[in-house]
Amino acid sequence: ISALLKSCGRRKATTRRWRPERGPGRLSGGTGKTPPSSGCARRRRRPPPSRSRRYLGCGGAHSGSRPGAPAGLRLPACPALRLPARPAPGLLPRAPAGWRAALGLVTLLSFASRFHRLPEPPHVCWDETHFGKMGSYYINRTFFFDVHPPLGKMLIGLAGYLSGYDGTFPFQKPGDRYEQHNYMGMRGFCAFLGSCLVPFAYLTVLELSKSLPAALLTAFILIFDTGCITLSQYILLDPILMFFLMGAVLSMVKCNSCADRPFSASWWLWLSLTGVNLAGAMGVKFVGLFVVLLVGLNTIYNLWDLLGNLSLSLVMFGKHFLARVLCLILLPLTLYVAMFAVHFAVLNKSGPGDGFFSSAFQSQLIGNNLHNVSIPEHLAYGSVVTMKNLRMAGGYLHSHWHLYPEGVGARQQQVTAYLHKDLNNLWIIKKHDSDTADLLDSSSPVEFVRHGDIIRLEHKETSRNLHSHQHEAPLTRKHFQVTGYGINGTGDSNDFWRIEVVGRRAGKLIKVLRSKIRLTHVATGCILGSSGKTLPKWGWEQVEVTCTPYVKETPNSLWNFEDHINPKLPNISLDVLKPSFVEILLESHMVMIRGNSGLKPKDNEVTSKPWHWPINYQGLRFSGVNETDYRVYLLGNPVVWWLNLFTIGLYLLIAISTAVVLKRGVQLTSEHKGELSRVVLRGGGQVALGWLLHYLPFFMMGRVLYFHHYFPAMLFSSMLTGITWDTLLKFFSQFLSPSTTARRVYGGGILTLILLITYSFYLFHPLSYGMIGPMASDPSSPMAGLRWMDSWEF
Amino acid sequence: MGNHCEGGEVPGQTFDRMLGFLKKPVVVTAEINLSLVALTVVGLMSRLWGLSYPRAVVFDEVYYGQFVSLYMKRIFFVDDSGPPLGHMLLALGGYLGGFDGNFLWNRIGAEYSTNVPVCSLRFLPALAGALCIPLAYQILVELRFSHCAALGAALLILLENSLITQSRFMLLESILIFFILLAVLSYLKFYNLQRHSSFSGRWWFWLLLSGVACSCAVGVKYMGLFTYMLLLVIAGLHFWHMLGDQNLSNVSLVCHFLARGLTLLIIPVATYLSFFYVHLTLLYRSGPHDQIMTSAFQASLEGGLARITQGQPLEVAYGSQITLRNVLGKPMQCWLHSHTNTYPIRYENGRGSSHQQQVTCYPFKDVNNWWIVKDPGMQQLVVSNPPRPVRHGHIVQLVHGITTRYLNTHDVAAPLSPHSQEVSCYIDYNISMPAQNLWRVEIVNRESDTDVWKTILSEVRFVHVNTSAVLKLSGASLPEWGYRQLEVVGEKLSKGYHQSMVWNVEEHRYGKSQEQKEREVELHSPTRMDISKNLSFMAKFTELQWKILTLKNEDTEHKYSSSALDWITMDTNIAYWLHPTSGAQIHLLGNVCTWASANVAAVVYTCLSLWYLIRRRRKIYDIPEDAWQLWVSAGQICVGGWVVNYLPFFLMEKTLFLYHYLPALTFQILLIPIVLQHLSDHLCRSLLSKSMFSALTVAWFSSVCFAYRTFSPVTYGEPLSVAELKDLRWKDSWNILIRKQGH
Repeated sequence: ISALLKSCGRRKATTRRWRPERGPGRLSGGTGKTPPSSGCARRRRRPPPSRSRRYLGCGGAHSGSRPGAPAGLRLPACPALRLPARPAPGLLPRAPAGWRAALGLVTLLSFASRFHRLPEPPHVCWDETHFGKMGSYYINRTFFFDVHPPLGKMLIGLAGYLSGYDGTFPFQKPGDRYEQHNYMGMRGFCAFLGSCLVPFAYLTVLELSKSLPAALLTAFILIFDTGCITLSQYILLDPILMFFLMGAVLSMVKCNSCADRPFSASWWLWLSLTGVNLAGAMGVKFVGLFVVLLVGLNTIYNLWDLLGNLSLSLVMFGKHFLARVLCLILLPLTLYVAMFAVHFAVLNKSGPGDGFFSSAFQSQLIGNNLHNVSIPEHLAYGSVVTMKNLRMAGGYLHSHWHLYPEGVGARQQQVTAYLHKDLNNLWIIKKHDSDTADLLDSSSPVEFVRHGDIIRLEHKETSRNLHSHQHEAPLTRKHFQVTGYGINGTGDSNDFWRIEVVGRRAGKLIKVLRSKIRLTHVATGCILGSSGKTLPKWGWEQVEVTCTPYVKETPNSLWNFEDHINPKLPNISLDVLKPSFVEILLESHMVMIRGNSGLKPKDNEVTSKPWHWPINYQGLRFSGVNETDYRVYLLGNPVVWWLNLFTIGLYLLIAISTAVVLKRGVQLTSEHKGELSRVVLRGGGQVALGWLLHYLPFFMMGRVLYFHHYFPAMLFSSMLTGITWDTLLKFFSQFLSPSTTARRVYGGGILTLILLITYSFYLFHPLSYGMIGPMASDPSSPMAGLRWMDSWEF
Repeated sequence: MGNHCEGGEVPGQTFDRMLGFLKKPVVVTAEINLSLVALTVVGLMSRLWGLSYPRAVVFDEVYYGQFVSLYMKRIFFVDDSGPPLGHMLLALGGYLGGFDGNFLWNRIGAEYSTNVPVCSLRFLPALAGALCIPLAYQILVELRFSHCAALGAALLILLENSLITQSRFMLLESILIFFILLAVLSYLKFYNLQRHSSFSGRWWFWLLLSGVACSCAVGVKYMGLFTYMLLLVIAGLHFWHMLGDQNLSNVSLVCHFLARGLTLLIIPVATYLSFFYVHLTLLYRSGPHDQIMTSAFQASLEGGLARITQGQPLEVAYGSQITLRNVLGKPMQCWLHSHTNTYPIRYENGRGSSHQQQVTCYPFKDVNNWWIVKDPGMQQLVVSNPPRPVRHGHIVQLVHGITTRYLNTHDVAAPLSPHSQEVSCYIDYNISMPAQNLWRVEIVNRESDTDVWKTILSEVRFVHVNTSAVLKLSGASLPEWGYRQLEVVGEKLSKGYHQSMVWNVEEHRYGKSQEQKEREVELHSPTRMDISKNLSFMAKFTELQWKILTLKNEDTEHKYSSSALDWITMDTNIAYWLHPTSGAQIHLLGNVCTWASANVAAVVYTCLSLWYLIRRRRKIYDIPEDAWQLWVSAGQICVGGWVVNYLPFFLMEKTLFLYHYLPALTFQILLIPIVLQHLSDHLCRSLLSKSMFSALTVAWFSSVCFAYRTFSPVTYGEPLSVAELKDLRWKDSWNILIRKQGH
């Protein structure tokens, strides 16, 4: 570290020389007024005495020793105006110490609040049933499928593994007792990451506002928010996601502060840390994309700024550009790909997720029926087969006894694509003009299916033929409907399909697994395909299968044979073409995206709406329903949340009036201007943008939403609250005439807010730490008076 | 005019100037642009020629025609596709043509009967489509581009087959595009007047027109909202620039702000409301869509429910006979119902029931929907004299009229929603399951805590006294044993207010045990009401607006529906009409050449702008500052218009058609001459290259004309042979209907 510090300091000295003095609206350091806060530079710097001034706004905490001196309490303009260049010995070194002490305090409180009663309740809570299970899969190396990228679950698995959990607990349903299984490692890991959010937020706000009270206010909001505590205490992805998210924001802000000494060690460090955290956030959940967007916008802004700086040569600009491409695009991408590589390397045994992936991929998994497979190689009449669609995440050709409902094409048996392995996926290949009775006779010779043959496919369970006709398909109206038709294999001429192998000549045999098959309907000339759309309830939410009249070469209309049973043919061991890593990566992403968009709310299911979230309308039951249960309820501390909500409006008001004042060129001192534009517009703007980016997109999502999706946005909202109230109080207190009163009002204001938050936490803490006893609707309950909204269920 | 705003102005003067237009005489000076007139005439010809030709229902006319008929008959309807202005304008055409509304709009291609004034029904959209041509011309002129460029824009719009097709039928897009262009044009006129003659009469006129045109566009289709938003953003930007102008005093800035707020926010909202006012005034008869609306709304319409409810007593009293309708109306409207059948002892999944009498919600009127409100303390089922009204908080029993069993709920899981309680009509099986039939009446929309329970108007929750469960419609429909009626449950953990828990009395009469006596009582009860007076316009408006926004048609995919991505390359078309015998057909198919060049123009514009922007950032100025300003403001309108009218479709989940792209396309077409003029002015430096460029432009334009000619048969529906039709199929994905020979 000392080397790092040294380089920072040195660079600082040189920077000073060539850097032209720009407007105070620049990022910190432009005028040398605000200390660059990456720990190194702050300690090393020896500012010339004439320019030394206090850290803006942190006077409340440490200038008490000098009453009467209008220290840094008020807007920095005041001391500058009245007491120009008064040296303030002794103040400077103490300021960072105060900052550090405060950091230690909030970190301690944060850890204490998150680790308090962590083992309670000793049973599976809410989504622990998913993520705990997935952690166990990693320990058991069993392949599974989830809609989120793997990093979060991998880390959970790792934490479990390191803490001695053996992966044997089944995590079947919420409420199952852990008994002797060691679950504390996983919970502790999540709680640790959750605790880090507070110092991260503290440092971010400190960096943006350069004001200790603002940072403290933010920290206390997050420490004493019951929602954040609850969400951090269980085996969930959210604390991991939020850790990386806040990490990315913090490093981005730090990196911005280092902008005056580009290419220094600390600059590189923070820039690459941003990239690492972005990869982490994306690797846990796809909502990490929003923070990528935030960082991306910030980077574009910075680059645009640099481009306009004519003192910077184009070569230098190119270097800046390349550095960002390297750290913010290439590095995260590499890490992201690497975590998938680890994911696939670790999970090498067959498990519940196999059917979602292509045959080639499945053959890689130990225990899968395609692993080291030994099946008849060439397709023959009378073979029993399964057909898999070649589209990524395409299903098996499937049928079942249910009919298409009234009004959806002809009322015949449904044919769908189904992602899971099932007996209803089995089909028998028959000649179009004869039945199989003679074919199954062991004495008759085996007859292979050849490219260009006209065949019939009979569904094994229901003995109906694969059939198509000129009725509209259920969802893709331009295509034809595909049904199961006929009784005991006797249908009509619409059951005839021509089988063709892509890129082969007529008369060639058809290979299992390797041949890409196209089935053309003889009567109408359409091609059997899967549209990828999910059927409604009547179709059991399986995937639509249609016959498309447009003859196009897409994976949607190509199939391969996966299972093949024919007792008359010898089994041959085949090594299927191994898919390349890139193919696996793409395939798994397609599967995840499909899975995510497939999470549609069911009919009449009451789901959480995005507008519920900021008003803390309704929580989530983590554990327990009845009076005798140990109940944990995920609900934000209402005082904190409503303060946050109010502050967003307040900030909007302040930001608009600031912008108008600056635009109108109202007479302000340059420091006033600098403070306003730097803290309110730039700092607050970044945070407000973060809030918007993490909140608004949910209004456009069709999938099922939950309350906990709001928590990343809530972090930003809390930071905004800190910054806004600090600015507001500072602004109003400067109108009070004696500086002591001003300081008292300012400090008192912040203190009141903090105390209010602490007291409300005291009231609501049972939400996170568990309640037993009567429900709040019962007057005898300790929470009786606290059910402020009817929609809260505790 | 020259009243340029000075700094330090006295407020009074500004107001003076705001109203300055009153002081001057209103003078009209005419200046006629002959090329514009010629364009308009040609445009009118292209849109109006042979307007009544397919004397048959064409495509979506089948949909809009129904509404026109309903307007003619003054029957109320709800159309979830949009607000009423568009429908009203179409109906205006019908009204002017003397249409009586008697036509069955049942299928595309049906021949019109003689009473349908086809021409006048199609006239307004065609006129609007034709007027888009001079509007396009004017917009380019106001954007400060040359006459040549403006002429080019107008000609491109004139020769755009898709716009012609869409204009010539009873459809709304051409009206929408007309209002959008009008709004843009009037805003530009206003903005150009801004510098020299703020607050003049013309300034006010164009500003006002811009606001009104915006709200008309929104009133025709909600898509108009996108352009409205764009104009608001542009107006905001322009105002932001004004803020930085130190010559303007604060007071005059406030005046400017207020003027814009008034004309671009308040007046459009008022206009929008007025559409609904006219709509609701015109449609006063009840009709097929009544059932979606609340009882109060239905009762305000003539006929229908109003006929039944007229003369009903207003206040529900002990002994009243009532039907209870669920307020939610989803999945369908229904009334609380019971019948003699009981719940099966065991359900299919093995759970048990109380085996008591079923209580359901039944979507049809039925004698079994009648319930009697009974005072738990008294035995009688008739209304006393004088009637004792039921108030908020009172505890009642509900007796099923036909079976005289009590509405009951208990701690037994409901058949389909096992987390809720079963609701039944109590049968005493002499097992230890006591009757729990007391309900507390809670009036949700009460004004005070002593409010009386009113017919139709009051929305009531029934809270079970023993378990505090709330009577609720779960929305699931029961299996065969419940006759597929809707399940009613007692919801124990009531999560705040939800419409499925709220009921209102629809039919109501005072109970009478002996005919003669009761009739006398009824004569004495004075409360009669006229509910239509009780429901204000705003209440009706909010309800209707909410229904329009939330109603969802469950249609999945249409044969001609397409995805937004297909539109740029025109990979799709829509067959509008096919002659039953000859091969004549009408398709919505654009001018391929224009379509492609518009895309090229958009790409060129974006790339050039980026290039200029980056170079300007490095203080290198390739083009003069005023040319740059022109370039930017043209881009704001044209590229902005294209983006806001196109990109949102990627986020929509509704069924999309090619015609949704037409507004965006119009803006994109306007961009072509802009880019061309810019290229010739600033990139062709030498005279030679300039003339080369002009020659190329002429060649390109003739190809546009050629494409127009080629596709005009399917635009106007001229008969074509099979070979000609096959030739027209330039893309494999186009669905041109080719009949097999011999059919």
